[in-house]
This record gives sequence, C-alpha cells and structure tokens, in this order.
Amino acid sequence: MMDSPRTAVSNPPIQPMDSNLGERDLIRRSATASLPKPERQLTPVAKLIDVSKCIGCKACQSACIEWNDTHPAVGENVGVYTNPHDLSENMFTLMRFTEWVNPETDNLEWLIRKDGCMHCSDPGCLKACPAPGAIVQYSNGIVDFVHENCIGCGYCVKGCPFNIPRISKTDRRAYKCTLCSDRVAVGQGPACAKACPTQAIVFGTKEDMKKHADERIADLKSRGYANAGLYDPPGVGGTHVMYVLHHNDKPHIYADLPDQPKISAVVQSWKGVTKYAGLAVMGLAAAGSILHGILGKPNRVTDEDEEGAEKLTSNPSATDPGADGHRPEERV
Amino acid sequence: MKAERVQPGDAIHPGNPITVNRYGPAARANHWITAVSLILLALSGLALFHPSLFFLTGLFGGGQNTRAWHPYIGVVLFVSFFIFFAQLWRANLPTRTDVQWLSHAKDIIGGHDEKLPEVGKYNAGQKFIFWAMAGLILLLIVTGVIIWDQYFGAATAVQTKRYAVLIHSICAVLIICVFILHVYAGIWTRGTIRAMTRGTVTGGWAYRHHRKWLRDLAGRGRQTPAE
Amino acid sequence: MTNAWTDIKNSDLVVVMGGNAAEAHPCGFKWVTEAKAHRGAKLIVVDPRYTRTASVADYYAPIRQGTDIAFLNGVIKYCIDNDKVQWEYTKNFTNAAYIVKDGFGYKDGLFTGYDETKRDYDRSSWDYVIGDDGFAVVDMTLQHPRCVWNLLKEHVSIYTPEMVERICGTPKDKFLKVAEMMAECSSPTKNMTSMYALGWTQHSSGSQNIRTMAMLQLILGNIGVRGGGMNALRGHSNIQGLTDIGLLSHLLPGYLNIPTEKEVDFPTYMSTRGFKPLRPGQTSYWQNYKKFFVSFQKAMWGAAATPENNFAYDYLPKLDVPAYDVLRIFEMMDEGKVNGYFCQGFNPVLAFPNRGKITRSLSKLKWLVTMDPLETETSHFWENHGDYNDVDTASIQTEVIQLPTTCFAEEEGSLTNSGRWIQWHWPAGSPPGEAQHDNWIMGQIFLRMRELYRKEGGAFPDPILNLSWDYANPQEPTAEELAKEINGRAITQLTDPTDPTKVQVEAGKLLVNFSQLRDDGSTSSGCWIYSGCWNEHGNNMARRDNHDPDDTGAYLNWTFAWPLNRRTLYNRASADMNGKPWDPARKIIEWDGSKWSGYDVPDIAPTAKPQDVGPFIMNQEGVSRLFARGLMRDGPFPAHYEPFETPIPNVLNPKIRGNPVARVFQNDVKQFGTADEFPYAATSYRLTEHFHYWTKHNPVNAALQPEFFVEISEELAKEKGIELGGWVRVWSKRGSIKAKAVVTKRIRPLMCDGKAVHVVGIPLHWGFMGAAKKGFGPNSLTPFVGDANIETPEYKAFLVNIEPTTAPVGV
Repeated sequence: MMDSPRTAVSNPPIQPMDSNLGERDLIRRSATASLPKPERQLTPVAKLIDVSKCIGCKACQSACIEWNDTHPAVGENVGVYTNPHDLSENMFTLMRFTEWVNPETDNLEWLIRKDGCMHCSDPGCLKACPAPGAIVQYSNGIVDFVHENCIGCGYCVKGCPFNIPRISKTDRRAYKCTLCSDRVAVGQGPACAKACPTQAIVFGTKEDMKKHADERIADLKSRGYANAGLYDPPGVGGTHVMYVLHHNDKPHIYADLPDQPKISAVVQSWKGVTKYAGLAVMGLAAAGSILHGILGKPNRVTDEDEEGAEKLTSNPSATDPGADGHRPEERV
Repeated sequence: MKAERVQPGDAIHPGNPITVNRYGPAARANHWITAVSLILLALSGLALFHPSLFFLTGLFGGGQNTRAWHPYIGVVLFVSFFIFFAQLWRANLPTRTDVQWLSHAKDIIGGHDEKLPEVGKYNAGQKFIFWAMAGLILLLIVTGVIIWDQYFGAATAVQTKRYAVLIHSICAVLIICVFILHVYAGIWTRGTIRAMTRGTVTGGWAYRHHRKWLRDLAGRGRQTPAE
Repeated sequence: MTNAWTDIKNSDLVVVMGGNAAEAHPCGFKWVTEAKAHRGAKLIVVDPRYTRTASVADYYAPIRQGTDIAFLNGVIKYCIDNDKVQWEYTKNFTNAAYIVKDGFGYKDGLFTGYDETKRDYDRSSWDYVIGDDGFAVVDMTLQHPRCVWNLLKEHVSIYTPEMVERICGTPKDKFLKVAEMMAECSSPTKNMTSMYALGWTQHSSGSQNIRTMAMLQLILGNIGVRGGGMNALRGHSNIQGLTDIGLLSHLLPGYLNIPTEKEVDFPTYMSTRGFKPLRPGQTSYWQNYKKFFVSFQKAMWGAAATPENNFAYDYLPKLDVPAYDVLRIFEMMDEGKVNGYFCQGFNPVLAFPNRGKITRSLSKLKWLVTMDPLETETSHFWENHGDYNDVDTASIQTEVIQLPTTCFAEEEGSLTNSGRWIQWHWPAGSPPGEAQHDNWIMGQIFLRMRELYRKEGGAFPDPILNLSWDYANPQEPTAEELAKEINGRAITQLTDPTDPTKVQVEAGKLLVNFSQLRDDGSTSSGCWIYSGCWNEHGNNMARRDNHDPDDTGAYLNWTFAWPLNRRTLYNRASADMNGKPWDPARKIIEWDGSKWSGYDVPDIAPTAKPQDVGPFIMNQEGVSRLFARGLMRDGPFPAHYEPFETPIPNVLNPKIRGNPVARVFQNDVKQFGTADEFPYAATSYRLTEHFHYWTKHNPVNAALQPEFFVEISEELAKEKGIELGGWVRVWSKRGSIKAKAVVTKRIRPLMCDGKAVHVVGIPLHWGFMGAAKKGFGPNSLTPFVGDANIETPEYKAFLVNIEPTTAPVGV
C-alpha cells in the first residue's frame, strides 16, 4: 500500500483501508511545544495547478462544494466572473479572473487562477495559531485545520501570506482548503483535481509534480512564453500547491498572487521575540516585586506618623506649607 | 482648591486613629470593575498569548468562549476605566514635586518616606501607573477593535491587523507589568488596600505618604464632627 | 461528429469557430488539451468574444457574428491561391472534377433560378452534366471551365483578405495568420479538426456555415482522417440521439423521411429514393433505403404491416408543408390553429425566439401538458413575476397540466454523445415524489388513447389500434425492450441469399446489425443506424472496455457507435488511392491487397478495391461534394448573406436582406429591427457554470454564476455611461430586458465596412424559476426566423439597443 496517492484521476481503492493521516504523522502542531517525532515520513504530495491549461470552468469549485458539503450563498453579479466574490467558510477555492493586456504583444490575456490554500512548508497560519492542535501539518506536507480545536481568533488569517483562511460567521471557526486530506488519507486525490476536465489541476508526489511542471514549462516556452515557470515560493519553504504560470516573472498579474511571499515580519516578531520577551518582562516584574517583598521590609505606618497626623489635623495652621519650608506646588 | 491635591469627597474623620476618606463608594466600585476586567483580560489574553498559558482558557469555558468574551470585557474595561479616569485625571497631573520625589528613587524603594518630599493625593509613581494605564488601555482598545473580526473583520486590511495584533500584545505585556507594579505597591505599602475596600485610610497613612494632601484637607477644614 | 471526442487528441490544429468548446463542452475539451500537450497541437479560436476557449488558444482572431462564410470562403481562396490544396484527395475524393450544367450561375449574390415571391430557387440547373452512359461527366485534369473546381475558384474569388476584413471586421493580418495556419494542414501528414456548435447552426445561414468549413476540410484532405473531421459539439448529452431517433417533424428514425402529401402511395414515395450510383461501381448505400423503411414499418406495426398493404405505408402521416418545426408550430399557435400542446422535456418560454410571441401563443391554447423533472418557466408561463414575467394571469385560460418526470440520473437507458457513441447508463438514484419515467407516462397515455379509439372508432383508428405494443408490462415499456426493438429482429428465419441452406438468423432472434435487414417484411428495426446496439451478443452499449491498441483513440470496445460501431466516418479517405494511409503514423485502415483492415471498422465494403470504390459511400457519386447540387435550398456553394438584423448592409448586394430563401412569416417581418434604431450587434451564448435552463435550479451552480448579465466592451460602456456591475436595459424590436453589465476587454468594437460595430453578448441561463437570481434570457429579444434548410432559429446575430437603467421589479 502506498503511503500517499500518486494521482487524482484513478478510482478509489476497493479494499477497506485505515486512514493514512493520523496523529502519528504530524510534523507540526499549532501551539504545541514538544511534538513527538513522527514514526515515519510520508511521501510529500503536491497539487499542481497549470494556469495555462485552466479554462475557468469552475468544476473545481463545484467539486469542492460537493465534497466538503458547503453551502455558498447565491450572490449577485458585480460585473465580473469571479463568483462567489471571495473565499469563505463555504468556498475553499475560487477561480480569480484577470483581464490583462500583455504590453509586449498588445494581446489580451485572460488569466484565470484557482485561488486557495497553498499548503506552505512553513505555514504562517500554523505559526500564528494560539490554539493547541487547531492547525496541523502532516509529514506529506498537508496543512490542515482541526476545527474542534479552533477558537476562531483569526490569527491564522493574519499569519497567512496568501490571505486564505476565513472565519465562519456561524460557528466562528477557521476554514480553508484541506487539500482533501480526508481523501488523500485513503488513497484518493483532491476532489478538485479529480473534477478538472483539462487536468489543469493534477495531483501526486511533489517530486512527480515538479517533473510534470518541467514538461509543461518546456511546452509553454516552445509556444513563446519565455518566462514560463513554476511557482513554488522559497519564502515559505516551498508549497504543496504549486502553479505553472506563463508569466512567472510577474506572479502579481494573476489576481495579486504575491511575487515573493513570506510570513510577514510583523507576524514573525509577534510570534517570535514578542512572545518570549513579553513573558520575560512580565516574569521579571513579578519576580522583582516578590524579591523586593522578601528582601525589603514592608512600608508600614509608624506611631510617629499617627502622631504627626494627629498634630496636623488638630492644628490646621500647621498646614501652611510656607512654615514647613516647602514652596507651593507648581505644575511642571 | 488645588484639584490635584484634594478631590471632592476627601475628608478627615477625627478619632483614634484618625481616618481620612480617600475614595467614595462609586469610585471604589468603578475601580473594582476595572480591576476585575483587567484581571479577566489578562488571564484570557495570556491564554492566547503563549501556548504554555493556553490552559487558562479553561477558566472561561474553553478557547471559543475565551476568544469571544475577551473583546467584550475589553469594552467594559475601557468604559469603566475612563469613567474612573474622568474623576482622577486632574489629581494625576504632574507637578514639580513629582520630579523631586522621583529623584529619591533609593528612598522610594527602601520605604524611607520620611526622606521624601511631601506629596499630594498621588505620588509620581501612582501618577505613572495612572497615565500608563490610560495610554495602554487606549492603545489596546483601538488595536483590539481592529482585530475584533466578528464585527470589524472587513474594516481593515490584513497588514493593518498584523500591526494591530503586534501592538496589542506588546501593550498587553506592558499593562500587565504596570498592573503588577500597582498591586505590589498596594500590598507593600501597608494600609493602602483599605482605601479601595473601606474607602478610607488612617491619618498616619495619609501623613506618611500624602502629607500635603492631608495638610490641605486639614487646612480647608474638611473635617466631619467627631462621633 | 465525423470523428469522436477521443480522436481530437490526434489533431495538429484545432479550430474552434462557431463554438466555445472550453466553456460549453469543458469535458470534451480535455481532448484538445491532450492534443496540445502530447502532439504540440495549436489551437485557433475565431469568435466575436474572447472566450474561455480563447484564453487557452495559441491564436485568437475576432469576427463579427454571422459572417463566418465570408471568412471561410476567404480561407478557401487563400488555399487555392497559394497552392495549399491536398490535390490527390481533392481530385479523387471530392466532386471537384465533375462538370456542372451550363444553366447554373451566380450573380449579385444570387444563384440561378431565384423566385423572390416564393423566396425559393428553382434548383434544376444546380446539377451535373450526365453523360450518355447515365453517369456524371468528369474531367480529372480539372481543366474544364465548368468543372466544380473552376466554378468554386470563381465563386470564392471575391473573398479577398480585404473583403474579409470589410465584412467580418477581422483585421487583415489576423485573418492571414489564421489562413496560413489552416493552409499548412493541406499536407497529408498535418490534420486540422473543426469543433463547432450552435455558433454556426443558430443562424439563418447555419447549414452553409458548416458546409463552408466542410469544403475547406475536404480540399485540405482532412475528412476521414485521425485528428481531422467536422465535429459538431452537440449541446445536450443526448441531442445526437434525438436527431438519430427522428424526433424532428419531417424525419423518421435513422434519417428516413416522413412522406409528403404528394407521395400518395408507397411506389411514389420510393420512386425518388432509388439512389442509383452517379459513377460506375459506387456503393451509394442509400440504395438500401427500402430495407430500412420496411423494417421500420414492421417495428411499428408488426403483423399489420404486410406486403399487401405496402407495409402500412398509409398509417404514416403525410406532410403538407416541409416540416412542422417549432417556429411553424408557434406561428400556428399564435394564429389560434393549435388547441393543445404536449411539451416533453422542453422549455419553449426560454428556448424559442421572440418570447413575447411564445407566451402569447401559449396563452391561446386550451391545454398545455408539460413533462419535466423541473419547474420550468413554460409550466409557469401564466404566473406573474413582475418585470420578469409580466403577464396578466386572469386573462390566460390555458389549462396547464404538469407531469413530473424522472431525470437522466434516475432512469436506465442510453445517451448518444456527439461522437455517435450510444452509451448505456443505469439509475443512480430513485425519483422523488410523484415523478414517473417518461416511458410510463407515454405508455399510460397510449393505452388510454387506444382504449378511446377502440370504443369510439374515429376517422382512422388503424394506426393506433394496430400499433405494435408487445411489451412485458404494457403499462411501462422498459429501456431494454425498446433498445432491442430499435436494434431489430428476424421475424422469420433469415437465410443467406446466395446459399439458402445457410441460416443467418433464426426467427425471433436479434439481428447482428443492419446489414441483415430485408425489404420483404422478414426483419424489423426501429432505427436502422442503431442496429447492432443490442444483439445476441448482449447490450453492446453497456461495454466498458477502454483498451485502445496503439493509442489511436478509437476505443472500439467502449460502448457502441453507430453505424456498425464505426468511430471515424469516411475512414476510407484516410488512405490514398492505393489504400495506404496518407500519414502512416495515423493509420486508421489499410488495404492489404485483398481487404481493408486496421484500427476501426472500415467505412467501405471490406473487399472494395481502393481504386474502384469511392470513400463517401452514402453519396451516389462515391465522392464528397464541394458542389452540393440541389440538396441545399440556399445554394450549391456557400455565399455570404448578412443576418436578418445586421449592423451593416450586405456589401455584396445591399438589396438582399438575410438569407434570400429563409422562411419568414409575414407577421414577423414587421418585427425585424434596423441598425438606425438598434445600432448594436447582439449575440447569445452559454456559460460554463450552467447547463441551459436546468442548473439554475441547483444552488451550487447558482452560486457559481448567480445573476443574469450582458457583456459589453469598455468603449461602448464609456459611450453609454454604463458602469461595471450596473443595471442596463437592452431592447430589440421584439422585447426588452434588464441585466447587470459586465464591462470587459474581451469584447472590442469591430471595424466593418468603415463602421465601428459594438457587440453585446447575452448569456441565456436565467429565468424566473429556480435557485439563481431571477433574470431574463436573450430569447426575449431574438428574431423569429430560422436557417433556410433546417429552421434552427437565428439566436446568434440580431440587433439591440442598450442604456443604463435601474433594477427590475420582481415577484
């Protein structure tokens, strides 16, 4: 039995099988300090989205809705083909349409990019997540949200360099593409890849997908796309959802795909130095106080003070500050 | 009347020992609402701040409730604190004496009040806590609203939220430190806590720590008849 | 399709024109991506809009809707001028060498024999010169001035690149680039495929659109070869089956004709259906017409169809008009000549042109029965939905009876795909509520009607009383029973005609295929072309073996393709005069000196010598026709005619409006608009998110494309002050609709005859029922006129006006 499926197009295995993705396969777990080393290393998988082959049919969206049993609302037309208008807890993947006039050829190009979770090797969502076990990463590369552990804080949204997770308005939990971890676990590829009529979405081991991408890029170069390339951004340690782009020199033309995505420095410092320095500072403040309390004497009111008060209150004239040699207070 | 030294309601009660009214019931209630809010916020916030403190969510009935309640408590704190603020801000305006007082850092820490200059209702340390609280709460409420996704998720860009959450956590750390200082000072300086429980302090306490305040009160005849 | 979906992977050049394969046929389009990925094939898209297909094309050229003939005639001229012709193929496999009668000619946009009052041609001169031997005269040197080749050359000579640009609005350089890419496929080892759909059929010159490309494909030698062909992408999973089984008012199953009233008896009917070969030794397979016809009659009336009563010829209806097509029926309904209408699996309120007329016509019925799995607009045509269906309910007296049916996924049966593969399917779920299979409903209606005829007699009860109804459960014939009936049986024992001692089929057994049909009443077959689908080997349509030796894309053991499980029609033409494949790497069949064999079922008698018998066996000539003789009503060569509503006059003859022989009803002429009042050229189309008017009932599809819109260029939007996503009103002479505006760079104004033509794109998936937002369809605007040959309505080219507006008011 293979540990990871090699394709999305084959039919599911007939024999019963145990889920291939379990606690023992986790390599990262949000807000968890010591995670036991996994017993085995699963073959890394990847979904490759060939934007140059995509016809924007939205079969992936529909397969995603069906498989995950989500219910996106029937919205409105706002003058574009991108529908629903954004990712949501009911729409984990979205075709984003961009009309781009190539300045070199003056020809229109209709760029259609399937947006969704990139399954980063260094996932910003997981780094940002404060809830233990709400976000996990399997040794095959899938980054998954475990909804029963999610507290709905939205930190994953801030941690994600691709602006992917969405918080449900009803159950206040975070949702995104799971790379169909529930299918992959039992030897099937993601629903979107299975549904894609042109195999613009393919699925397999990351190694195979990179090889396949090389062939596609060679084909695109032969058709005049000199800058065709693979989008597997190193800034997030590579991704397990990759794109073949005809214009890999400018990913941003594909509906603002980040040119060089990485976890935001703000998030890095929040989840890095602030977390530790913060604990240290608070700890020091508490420790300092305790130490002071132990080493020094309490500041007690003495009998002289009581007498002084007695004297002062019974002889208000003594209140003249001038008599005490004090100057009247002035604001500074 | 020097507002920064004496406030409405402050009064001396002759007796043995002498007691001095420092906070009325409304002010005390206000303080404790603020205090409880701050404690709850610190506990719930810390739970989300560091994984080792996530267990604190148990106090609130789990992570979802912790996340949901925290911002509402924040609003309570904000409102409550600023009602309090309105009452106290004049008395906390800085004075020249504060500078002198602060220059005796060693005596402050050592508890040698007799060596310190006379101060009014609040000393510079208390004023620092007051203003630090005010400033940090303001920053916390602003950044907190920005990251309160349930209602304001669509209002700002993700990058703004990232800065907000960073600032929010730094401010939270600072306010907790200020809080620790405040609580410790209250405990260390014996006789202080009753100001916020019973509302009064002893004459000796006032004489020792806020002699100018006591002097002002005495001088203005703010005394109630002996019983 | 001449070829199959799977065969498109063998192509070198895919031309999508008159269709939008990626968008409307995304699953079939995968074979284009296969061709691109594995053969380095190129994809050309020619369309008024930059479509989703264009988004993955290697080359895109814009064209004004309704001008495809000018464009393609231009390409034919380009090929002739530049010697880009597959000469051996053209000379031997087309009628290029045939000499045409002297009377035939073409002048000022009209062919010989035009009668303006009848709007028809006398087509007698459109034919070959017949020699003394009774065969057509040919000149294989192509030197004769009256040979088809020279007439064609003359005919297309006006379609210069400049003229193409003037008519089509396609910039000359783009046209030339496309022409050059197509012309390269005249090489015997380069094949081009044509993928088209309603973008060509839904015009008043629809048939000729397709014919022009077919002619180009013939002179490039691309018919009958792998990766070539004329491939109609059918708009519905079983619309090919509908055509095959004869659900058209003038056809019987298997493309046999319903008699006309002039064909008073069987001998008269058969007298014009001899199909004598026009060249020596040719197959002319329609010579078997009588076998197909008699077997059909036997399937219909069994023992009641006897040689004595001419196999119940008189039971058949006789047409008094060429056809009772949908346009004619609704015209008659509008005139009050129709009382009742059975609407099975159709939604005329959204599907037929000039919706105002459709609704008005339905309102004049006494009763309307709808059989549908969905709540269609037609079932609810009487219901007021504000602006979306503004009818006065109280004034409509039509009684509507809704019969809920099962949908395809809830029943057993077959679907015939575009590639003629008849694929069996099984129910995936149980029907909801009161839904019943169509077979049950039809059975119930038939049994009740027969009972009434039995009791009450009537003018002519025989065809009903004698109808063969030999089903195990007469209440509901099963799909299996019907399939076997379609395949056909031996009624009596069949013996080999050359050796009577050899028994071919025992009485009562299923026939192997249509080669066993007889014209003496000893066989029956409900649809001869489907014969072989379910024979004694079992249900061949249910086969699911996807082995494909040498990856030819034939998949011979996957289901059953008509005819005879043949995957590529005219596949004999894939080999040269000696029977050797033009391209050895793409062999289909080959002559080994004694017989044909290869990867597909040969489309010729297995022992027919390659030099003797032509590949186009259904034609009397044995070759294909660049010159259509009198078989097309609007000309033996395709000529450019503008749509009935056009932004510019016909530059070839400004006096001709539309197709000069297309049928127009007098009432509809008044409702044609002109460019001064309606300056913008509109077209209608489908979107990939939806299937016709069905999927708007599905919340998933509705979420993916929720609301009706029209598409316009940025230039037109600016001119009219229309905002992206704002409301617009679009109106024609026949109706007015409101839509959201999608302002796009994908539509650009075209310069035609010196005038900027703005295109308005109108998708068709919305109505007032279902899960999606309420909306309109283009049929509220489209003209009530159809193709000159087959009456397919002109949905793709009409005129509108547009302005910004406010949201519609709806209920």
